[in-house]
Amino acid sequence: MSIIENINKAFDHRIRLGIMAILMVNDYADFNMLKELLEVTDGNLASHAKALEKVNYITVEKQFIGRKPNTRYAATRSGKTAFKKHIDALEKLIGK
Amino acid sequence: MESKNYLEDISEIKTMMSRSSRFISLSGLSGILAGIYALVGAALAYLKLNAGSYYYDAIPRSGYEKLEPSMIADLLSIAVGVIVLALLTGIVLSMRKAKRSGEKIWDVTSKRLVLNFFIPLVAGGIFCLVLLQYGIVGLVASATLIFYGLACVNASKYTLGDVRYLGIANIVLGLIATQFIGYGIFFWALGFGVLHIVYGAVMHFKYDRKTV
Repeated sequence: MSIIENINKAFDHRIRLGIMAILMVNDYADFNMLKELLEVTDGNLASHAKALEKVNYITVEKQFIGRKPNTRYAATRSGKTAFKKHIDALEKLIGK
Repeated sequence: MESKNYLEDISEIKTMMSRSSRFISLSGLSGILAGIYALVGAALAYLKLNAGSYYYDAIPRSGYEKLEPSMIADLLSIAVGVIVLALLTGIVLSMRKAKRSGEKIWDVTSKRLVLNFFIPLVAGGIFCLVLLQYGIVGLVASATLIFYGLACVNASKYTLGDVRYLGIANIVLGLIATQFIGYGIFFWALGFGVLHIVYGAVMHFKYDRKTV
């Protein structure tokens, strides 16, 4: 039962998994990079990113590059730890 | 049924991690072709150096003799020709491979790869021009191999990790070449020619064939 406890509800979606996976190996990623990699719509990505931001797993930084607004995402320390736990739990579940 | 979903989750995570941090569409075949161009280039340069040198050896054995400016220009244009051809082939074939596997060719990962590859390479190129400027021709081959190797090692963090071994092999070869001044062209053919062909063939069978 303890394995199941480590399965994190916050990561219970393909797009959220994708966002976290990308932010684990990159210091930061901007909105368009995530959008291209995950092949999702703006609204979809924004809402999933918001969900991760709410539980403090990622930080959002809005700035302007020239006149264009640019949104940058980065994983927080607690986000990274939680994600690692989640992956470990997944791997245990599939008996790896 | 549940566990199948988890399996998908894990593979999704792995794909995203590698796709977002490494440019994986580098073509193996282009490595082979680049090696062949280099061999042809080395052969041309060799013929050029030995042409008309009936009773004296045109290759500067001491490494300090000055080559004729026209000879340097010829050799440089051969080198530039080889590099341009190799780059074009690499770009075209990688584009094809990227298209086939649905990856983007000019995204964050490829930009990062190109930037990190060219930092040591440009430094090396300038350094070699300086060597030519002072007439230290004998060390040019070593320097190109060493800097190219460093460029590969540096770039390997942003693409298929195997590029690292190609880089290390070139660095070692370049260092060995420092002890055999006057035979630079053979080391050149070995490093840029043979090593590329071996590397390209390994990559081709390891990655490309699987995805076709």
